[in-house]
Amino acid sequence: MDYLSKLENKSIYIIREAYYQFRNVAMLWSIGKDSTTLLWLIRKAFFGKIPFPIVHLDTTYKFKEIYEFRDKYAKKWNLNLIIAKNEEALKRGIGPEKGKFVCCTELKTNNLKKLIAKYKFKALYLAIRRDEHGIRAKERFFSPRDSQFVWDYKNQPPELWDQYKTKAKTEEHLRIHPLLEWREIDVWEYIKRENIPIVSLYFAKNGKRYRSIGCEPCCNPILSQADTLDKIIEELQTTSVSERSGRAQDKEADYMMQKLRSLGYM
Amino acid sequence: MEGSKAESLKFVIVGHVDHGKSTLIGRLLFDTKSLPDDKIEEIKKISKKLNKETEFAFLLDHLQEEREQGITIDTTQTFFKDKAKNKEYVIIDAPGHVEFIKNMITGASQADAGILIIDVTEGIKEQTKRHANILSMLGIKQVIVALNKMDLADYKEEIFRQVKRKAEEFLGSLDIKPKYYIPVSALKGENIVNKSEKMRWYEGPTILEALDAFETNDLSKKEILLFPVQDIYEINGKTIYVGRIESGKIRVGQKLKVLPSGEITEVKTIEKFNEIVKESQAGENIGITLANSLSIERGNVFCESGKEPILTNEILANIFWMEEKELTEGNTLFFKCATQEVPAEIKEIKKRIDSSTLRLLSADARKLKNLEIGEVIIETRNPVVITKFNQIPELGRFVLMLNKEICAGGIII
Repeated sequence: MDYLSKLENKSIYIIREAYYQFRNVAMLWSIGKDSTTLLWLIRKAFFGKIPFPIVHLDTTYKFKEIYEFRDKYAKKWNLNLIIAKNEEALKRGIGPEKGKFVCCTELKTNNLKKLIAKYKFKALYLAIRRDEHGIRAKERFFSPRDSQFVWDYKNQPPELWDQYKTKAKTEEHLRIHPLLEWREIDVWEYIKRENIPIVSLYFAKNGKRYRSIGCEPCCNPILSQADTLDKIIEELQTTSVSERSGRAQDKEADYMMQKLRSLGYM
Repeated sequence: MEGSKAESLKFVIVGHVDHGKSTLIGRLLFDTKSLPDDKIEEIKKISKKLNKETEFAFLLDHLQEEREQGITIDTTQTFFKDKAKNKEYVIIDAPGHVEFIKNMITGASQADAGILIIDVTEGIKEQTKRHANILSMLGIKQVIVALNKMDLADYKEEIFRQVKRKAEEFLGSLDIKPKYYIPVSALKGENIVNKSEKMRWYEGPTILEALDAFETNDLSKKEILLFPVQDIYEINGKTIYVGRIESGKIRVGQKLKVLPSGEITEVKTIEKFNEIVKESQAGENIGITLANSLSIERGNVFCESGKEPILTNEILANIFWMEEKELTEGNTLFFKCATQEVPAEIKEIKKRIDSSTLRLLSADARKLKNLEIGEVIIETRNPVVITKFNQIPELGRFVLMLNKEICAGGIII
């Protein structure tokens, strides 16, 4: 079996295992390349009929291309889509100008808390990868969060031989990470092999493209001529800049990502 | 290019605390030029802030606590590429402190190969032994011993020989036969990627060259079919049994036996999304529909008549206990092997062994403490389908759960 098929199979196993263990689950779809790839794998795992909702945590600051893509494919793939916004925080005027830490915490983390309180999800699928950030490299495939959403990174459950954590009473929910072992380049090669549609922002226009997308005010494009999948793959093989260098959360303070994540950030 | 790409070899670096695991990783990444420029800058900046020399260990020790205290708490995986050979690797870093042994086991259980690192100025220590023991228990056969900090021993061959002899003696008792013993200085980059000019007396491979000779663990190529049911979906009026083929092959029209019931059925279709499949092999996650309707549930195993695995409710196994709470005979546990999940208890603890000294603490024991190894007889409430670990590892290894937590890993002997 080739390398991409092995990754695909491992992910499908995890996706099905989490659904068996928890049933009341949902997937967080940011509409970026990773979570769209995860969505693709989830469609495969359930033969095109996904038995749970797909959630978009909408900060309202996303690129317009993201919204267009979301609406098009939610319809095409017949998704049970939940669009979640932290209306209360938005009314208070929370936004990037109030500081990035506050903005991420309110519009993403607290937004998610409200969502879980409402739907009582026992587990959430997320498309994080180990090679994105050193903190994410420490994650488990099944990662528990307590009622305060705290990630107890000092005391993580053991995981061996495809046996994972089941939910204990004291735990709020589990984060399921089927793409944890994938690298950025694997995602792109898989997108190419499977012909997965992705948001146009990833492809270079006028010498610039986005390598990682999220909220418009906090994402910067990189200089690039890569306007096709082949060129993106080629670019990644030679680059000496890390993937999230255009993302504000990773830079502000040395341990900002750790702080955000330990508070429940994705 | 894709499709033909080989799978990356995953190797774990283990050894006693401060013997240089994280430094070795940093050196491998640095000398193979696998580090993005902005990462190197970040490391330099943070090292300076903490008043340290540029610390390669920070590449993997990302948690604030890890950097400030200079220790590894959790296991991490990172990728690097040997550009000259166009070969890719995944390094699994494992913490050396005994408090974090669960993290070490989590990391090591995913590895194809292991590097055991020993500081030549300190020799074999408690975690060296315990980690070597865990590698042996996890069935990791491809092992390199890196004798580190040769710079502090003036690169003397004599020191290397001394420590090597002791390591050989100890590892021999664990049935580990390392392929290479390599004198290195991770800090100075001697014999990691580049051959050492300071140790011309050593003629063997560098760490990177030694890794090149190892292979990824492939899935069971055994002929015997084992397909445990992971879940059952009703889709478009069809009942689909999904799961991963752990061993062998399955094809449309094949006669199957279902364990534990022993009922016979036939594969009607193999289901994959938007694909027509007639045959599937080990490692594939598929669904199947059956020619007749049977009562099948998760944990049942499809196999072939005449080539059946063991069906039993009594299992002889070695387990590694990794929970503060002691294991006592009669504890209600959960036995999890592939997709089987069955209540179980320990019927007998035949041997209780200290995982660092390997000393037999007692025969016929009543309990097992944290970090101890036990040879035990497990009794499951319902019969389970197993094999011996050395036959088909996928159904020869298991975990035990106590109060929803994984508290032991085990192999069936």
